[in-house]
Amino acid sequence: MKIYLKIWRQKDANSKGGMVDYTMDGVESDMSFLEMLDVLNEELVAKGEEPVEFDHDCREGICGTCSLMINGRPHGPDSRITVCQLHMRSFNDGDTIVIEPWRAKAFPVIKDLIVDRTAFDRIQQAGGYISVNTSGLPVDANAIPIEKDAADASFNAATCIGCGACVAACKNASAMLFTSAKVSQFALLPQGQVEAADRVMNMVRQMDLEGFGNCTNTGACEVECPKGISLENIARMNREYLSATIKG
Amino acid sequence: MAVLESKVPSGPLADKWTKHKNEIDLVNPANKRNIDIIVVGTGLAGGSAAATLAELGYNVKTFCYQDSPRRAHSIAAQGGVNAAKNYQGDGDSVYRLFYDTVKGGDYRSREANVYRLAEVSTNIIDQCVAQGVPFAREYGGLLDNRSFGGVLVSRTFYAKGQTGQQLLLGAYAAMNRQIHRGKIKSYTRHEMLDVVLVDGKARGIIARNLVTGEIERHAGHAVVLATGGYGNLFFLSTYAMGANVMAAWKAHKKGAHFANPCFTQIHPTCIPVSGDHQSKLTLMSESLRNDGRIWVPAKKEDAEAIRAGQLKPTEIKEEDRDYYLERRYPAFGNLVPRDVASRAAKERCDAGYGVNKTGEAVYLDFDAAIMRYGREKALTSGMKNPDDATVRKLGEEVVEAKYGNLFQMYEKIVDQNPYKTPMMIYPAVHYTMGGLWVDYNLMTTIPGCYAAGEANFSDHGANRLGASALMQGLADGYFVLPYTIGDYLSDDIRTGPISPDSPEFDEAEQNVRDRIHKLMSANGIHSVDYYHKKLGKIMWNKCGMARNAKDLKEAIKEISELRKDFWENVKVTGKAEAKNQELEKAGRVADFLELGELFAMDALHRNESCGGHFREEYQTPEGEALRDDKNFKYVASWEYKGDPSKSELHKEDLVYENIEVKTRSYK
Ligand SMILES: Cc1cc2nc3c(=O)[nH]c(=O)nc-3n(C[C@H](O)[C@H](O)[C@H](O)COP(=O)(O)OP(=O)(O)OC[C@H]3O[C@@H](n4cnc5c(N)ncnc54)[C@H](O)[C@@H]3O)c2cc1C
Ligand code: SF4
Ligand code: FES
Repeated sequence: MKIYLKIWRQKDANSKGGMVDYTMDGVESDMSFLEMLDVLNEELVAKGEEPVEFDHDCREGICGTCSLMINGRPHGPDSRITVCQLHMRSFNDGDTIVIEPWRAKAFPVIKDLIVDRTAFDRIQQAGGYISVNTSGLPVDANAIPIEKDAADASFNAATCIGCGACVAACKNASAMLFTSAKVSQFALLPQGQVEAADRVMNMVRQMDLEGFGNCTNTGACEVECPKGISLENIARMNREYLSATIKG
Repeated sequence: MAVLESKVPSGPLADKWTKHKNEIDLVNPANKRNIDIIVVGTGLAGGSAAATLAELGYNVKTFCYQDSPRRAHSIAAQGGVNAAKNYQGDGDSVYRLFYDTVKGGDYRSREANVYRLAEVSTNIIDQCVAQGVPFAREYGGLLDNRSFGGVLVSRTFYAKGQTGQQLLLGAYAAMNRQIHRGKIKSYTRHEMLDVVLVDGKARGIIARNLVTGEIERHAGHAVVLATGGYGNLFFLSTYAMGANVMAAWKAHKKGAHFANPCFTQIHPTCIPVSGDHQSKLTLMSESLRNDGRIWVPAKKEDAEAIRAGQLKPTEIKEEDRDYYLERRYPAFGNLVPRDVASRAAKERCDAGYGVNKTGEAVYLDFDAAIMRYGREKALTSGMKNPDDATVRKLGEEVVEAKYGNLFQMYEKIVDQNPYKTPMMIYPAVHYTMGGLWVDYNLMTTIPGCYAAGEANFSDHGANRLGASALMQGLADGYFVLPYTIGDYLSDDIRTGPISPDSPEFDEAEQNVRDRIHKLMSANGIHSVDYYHKKLGKIMWNKCGMARNAKDLKEAIKEISELRKDFWENVKVTGKAEAKNQELEKAGRVADFLELGELFAMDALHRNESCGGHFREEYQTPEGEALRDDKNFKYVASWEYKGDPSKSELHKEDLVYENIEVKTRSYK
């Protein structure tokens, strides 16, 4: 396959970036999208040019590191996968592919296609945990049975990989889906009840401080989320938030 | 030999850990506030250690090369975590878990460490559940279990195919709580480039800020390395792209022994290599062997027809299939340990029965499981005489609930539907049992430098059982290291802060800068990946699943030549004072080029077959591994002497007082 690429290049956070064109020949449909970029980078290095920097690590859809906007869609055209799981068989000979970083005020570009997502960590630090110490825990794991449905729902919320596609997909760059996934995981478990009110208040406050936008219920986040995190989580967080403010 | 003092406490096996905890020195809470600990790595081992140390009151700094601690490679673990809870009432116990692990490791691990691991395993599950880790549950609300290879009980706790993710997010959450309290300072996108010794003790590290390229000094009273395994030495592996040996190797060069480097796990169920551009291999969790049956065609003609695309696996009749694991190992069948399953797959493929284009793949088939579950489901839903299509549909739903994400992952990569046609799998590099030598306290041979998780060598001998790495990482981090480190630090309560402005830090920083300069200013002919791929080929072909003296000698020579070539001719683009992924890769490959040679030397010196280390010269007539306990029942612990080829071998004799050393049999 012959593929035409338009890739965002930006030297560092303070420089102005722009799109650069590259043409690739001999792209195989079995290659993953990132392997296609590896080949491009090998070619650039051979020419003595700086390769395109992009974030990636596990390359199997679980670490949440990879983060490319492909033809305007986070993680590319296929649904329910990350870009590292995307294969070139999803494209055709002669296609033009536009590759950009996540765009959001709270995710500044570091270089080329790499953005700074530490805002997500700070939201988690504000309350995304249950306060138990490691030392000498007396309670047996099976002491509190948890209904399978609740456990499964909690698990589903907990599968968020923190990639940021929801923010990139949202016209307001809102982080509601991400934040609500963590709030829901704990809200659905008995262990999470004690700190529930503080947790949701603190995490939402931090989310706002980081400069993420408001949620206007467009649902683009759910569509683009590679892990299928559901909008129900946002509704649950809103309920939790409301009840926390009432308790005040 | 004084340096290899294992410090295993005296007394009966079952009492050692409790006794040790009672006897070691402690640091009182007020003094902990004056002690700084550096934890490199935020995977299960580093993350859990950092959180616990901070809870105890120490000041902790953590480092990871990813943009968030949550992305450490532990996140990718799929199948589960073991614990001797005996919730299934199937006869499990601490002793049995201990026994299985020592036997699974082919009697090359340290008894007391393994027993402790089994002992604290139950605490891990209690701790994780309290943290809100959503493990799989049964309808009654209690925790569910499954089985893994090499054992006869169900002791594996899991969260679908994402157990590592859920456990790591638990440890990350515990870290976040301490970051919020100001007890942990987390440095992300930072890479440790060297450890700094002052008066022979580990007192800090040199790190590179990967965003700005700045070289930084960080001082502390102790340094914990929890930097994972070194399987990327083989280029193609199931590891994350950035996984590397840098931290452990730099410590090795400063005096930490490297133990059993050749003990590598080649995992039997990975998606086969497809082409030259491939950058990494994907694991299909071992949990699939609970339900999947492994086979190749019994007739060579059929295998050839399949390879030529003229025959489909579903067209091969039952009697023309060779379920070779069930045939060779009736007692354990598809659930034999990994090393055994991998070698058996290689044996069939080498004999000409492989099933994909390259001839290097076998089938993992769920058809029988789908129909079995389907019939069960039909029965419990009260259906009378359901037709095959209905049974199949019900069965597929059950299989999807269990392994859905793995099946999806497979389909995305291979473009085939594993519900309809068997998966193709082949062994791939997956885990390294070898690592930094540590004593019972997890301290390396450098005082004050600790190693935890996959980075150390301690618990898995020559082969690791499934679901035991997560267990070990969390045991080390939550329950072992936070106590044992106090014994060492109790001498430091009056030391005061360690200054990074000392001649030792000056020197270490200068060395790091010189090395980066050297990498940036080589002739610039070949890319870093060019060297990494070449190294990977040598490793896979000559130091892989089957090894022999001739190949290993060649490998040693070839690796040392490749290393020379690398330093003369590598091409690193960009600048050192900025974000530069090529430079990051170059530093990692440079270390692999040294480790590779030591790896081959270790494999060459070990004239026996044990666990993942299979020497063709040493096998039984049936092709099983032939161990030599008389001459090799020891840990090979290597001391650096200026060049990998000059490394000096030390031996820690392994003593088994509580377990009878036998030939491992899974028949
Ligand atoms: C695909 C896959 C599936 C697996 N499934 C299972 C399973 O089901 N059950 C099981 O028990 N085990 C499983 N394993 C093995 C297990 O996941 C690992 O052995 C374990 O998670 C390692 O944890 P760790 O904390 O030691 O290291 P890692 O999680 O690898 O963490 C290493 C850390 O060190 C940091 N680091 C490394 N080098 C540097 C440096 N120079 N400077 C700064 N930071 C550095 C990294 O950033 C990272 O934070 C699996 C492994 C793989 C690859
Ligand atoms: S909610 Fe989905 S899109 Fe958003 S960070 Fe989590 S996994 Fe990514
Ligand atoms: S690289 Fe890990 S999710 Fe894509």
